[in-house]
Amino acid sequence: MSGHSSSYEPTSRWGKWWDERLPVARMMHAQFVEFPTPRNLNYLWTFGGILFLCLATQIVTGIVLAMHYQPSEAAAFNSIEHIRRDVNFGWLMRSIHAVGASMFFIAVFIHIFRGLYYGSYKAPREVLWILGVIILLIMMATAFLGYTLPWGQMSFWGVTVITNLFSALDTIYDGMGTGIVEWLWGGYAVSGVTLNRFFSLHYLLPFVLTGVVVLHVWALHVAGQNNPTGLDIKQPSETVPMHPYATSKDAVGMFAFITVFAWFVFFLPDYLGHADNYVEANPLVTPPHIVPEWYFLPFYAILRAFTGSFLGIPLGSYAKLLGVIAMFASVIILAFAPWLDTSRVRSAKYRPLYRMAFWAFVFTCVALGYLGSKPADGVYVLWAQIFTVLYFAFFLVAMPVLGLIETPRRLPKSISDAVLGSGGYGMPVGAAAAPEKR
Amino acid sequence: MKQTILAVATAIAIGAASAPASTPAFAAGEGPEIPRQSWPFAGITGQFDKAQLQRGFQVYKEVCSSCHGMSRLYFRNLVQPGGPEFPEAAVKALAAEWPNQITDGPDDEGKMFERPAKLSDPIRGPYKNEKEARAAQNGAYPLDLTLIAKARSVERHAHWTIHPFLMLGDIAKGYQEGGADYIHALLTGYVDPPADFKVGEGMYYNAAYPGHQIGMPAPLSEGSVDYQDGTPGTVENYTRDVATFLSWAADPTHDQRKSMGWQVVLYLLVTTVLLYLGKKRIWAKIKH
Repeated sequence: MSGHSSSYEPTSRWGKWWDERLPVARMMHAQFVEFPTPRNLNYLWTFGGILFLCLATQIVTGIVLAMHYQPSEAAAFNSIEHIRRDVNFGWLMRSIHAVGASMFFIAVFIHIFRGLYYGSYKAPREVLWILGVIILLIMMATAFLGYTLPWGQMSFWGVTVITNLFSALDTIYDGMGTGIVEWLWGGYAVSGVTLNRFFSLHYLLPFVLTGVVVLHVWALHVAGQNNPTGLDIKQPSETVPMHPYATSKDAVGMFAFITVFAWFVFFLPDYLGHADNYVEANPLVTPPHIVPEWYFLPFYAILRAFTGSFLGIPLGSYAKLLGVIAMFASVIILAFAPWLDTSRVRSAKYRPLYRMAFWAFVFTCVALGYLGSKPADGVYVLWAQIFTVLYFAFFLVAMPVLGLIETPRRLPKSISDAVLGSGGYGMPVGAAAAPEKR
Repeated sequence: MKQTILAVATAIAIGAASAPASTPAFAAGEGPEIPRQSWPFAGITGQFDKAQLQRGFQVYKEVCSSCHGMSRLYFRNLVQPGGPEFPEAAVKALAAEWPNQITDGPDDEGKMFERPAKLSDPIRGPYKNEKEARAAQNGAYPLDLTLIAKARSVERHAHWTIHPFLMLGDIAKGYQEGGADYIHALLTGYVDPPADFKVGEGMYYNAAYPGHQIGMPAPLSEGSVDYQDGTPGTVENYTRDVATFLSWAADPTHDQRKSMGWQVVLYLLVTTVLLYLGKKRIWAKIKH
């Protein structure tokens, strides 16, 4: 993978035999034992490992659930109840899988915000970052498909609403959107046919995701990890071997995370879901208030912000199409962050204005999430429109402009300087960034 | 552009003006506010009380079951640990006498037939399907009650600034009893309608039901179930007992889940602390 050589020496005959034929152990040793990690990483850097754990958990529990689940219109809902009630520890598997989806998103959002804060998207990590955005998109697709499978009211109507979005393409070319929607559904409405294909894709996508994760880790091991100072590694003494240093820290982060995870699995298995999904899907009864799972709420708020008019600008028949475009754009725009950000300083630690913009962006995302859970009328729509503007302004205004007008704080000369220098790491930024002594 | 600026300004003004005011009780898409009850099975430590589940089943059997089925609950579930834990012989007898028999078959002549229920059969309601139920119930459909406690929740009408704290409180407490709270509010919600409220024909006023008109008449009254264990036969007691029973029916592994949860969470906490101490030792000589 990356350039640095491995000091791996197989000790057994068996080990030597393999090393001459397929040096997997050598590669693992180089990449996950000796691999140099910056010595100043904080606990936010444990989320990479946590996410790997989340993916593995979802795959393992998902495979077990698929042994008992029946993807048909007549049997899907009952088979979930069968799993909850009759399968040995089925309630546990289902609870881990359902809660696990939420935990996966909590972890991925923290991971992304960490990247945005410390400038992990900037050169030379653009490909690493874009692969991450692709992972996010596949994750969202997988979660959406998976939410269909319990075949409750919210499953059914959630799918109906979201797949229907593609019909907005009719505005561009008459019949194109409707055609796509019917192709997705496999009919003229969401039905058992849709459920069946969604199950198939829900089983497929995690393995595609795993493939992209391998590329993501590969790209990470080529460019090396970013760190809280955002500075490049200048000498080997600024790093520590991955094992036991990063691994011991990752283990703490992982177990703390699993503890929270378990709290939800055992004490709040339905807290993050919706009561309506315990009612079997019924095409004849529309729930009064259709909402997606919490992790889609900010994007849902952006979608619904485009009503007949947007902040007073009439949108006419383009409202729906623009909403759909804005929703997809809100994720895809992340991929352009490496080029939208004009600052050469990576870490927000040394960027006072960007740091404010970052926290405003975090607030914007939370506010959009709250608005997404509210009915789309009255003052909620107006606020959703304002926060939609602020969401995109972070990328399209703050990122390019702040890099040009902002005076960054004095950077430490190197990680060594920041960590080992007179001020020492962990002191106020001003101290760490004090002028170097010559 | 001017319009846009105006709209933004208006929005901020509206937001600022409405911030201190409480949210109206009936904002769009929100139902009536339902008070939370205290339940013995609530929270992270709560477990079901066997005697209460037995009384709750009695209420279901003697009152609810005349219209409502529980088709995802099986007679055998009434025997299993963590539930009402009736003696097996008693449940066998109960199943055999259950008025709504099981359609089985085809027999050797190719005909379907009715037979008494067994332990392995679901607890059927009186109607074969929704059409039959609606025909018998004046157009109303008595829902299956197996999952009703999971399929209902209560909303909180709090200001957005308070919302995150309420959520954190619920997470810390392990609040999952929205369904029981709703059932309690519904069954005790048969009060006289406000003077200006017109109740439709064949409908009943209910304070907790969305829209306040429900097709189900008040099912419980003082003394309508004869408890054997000396518990007073009040509507409040019936309501609490049947809500508890329905909460169990929707979540029959509840007790096991929570008791196992404590073991798992304690194990994880201890392991996290140990890993942290190990990490501190490993990093002791490294400046970071």
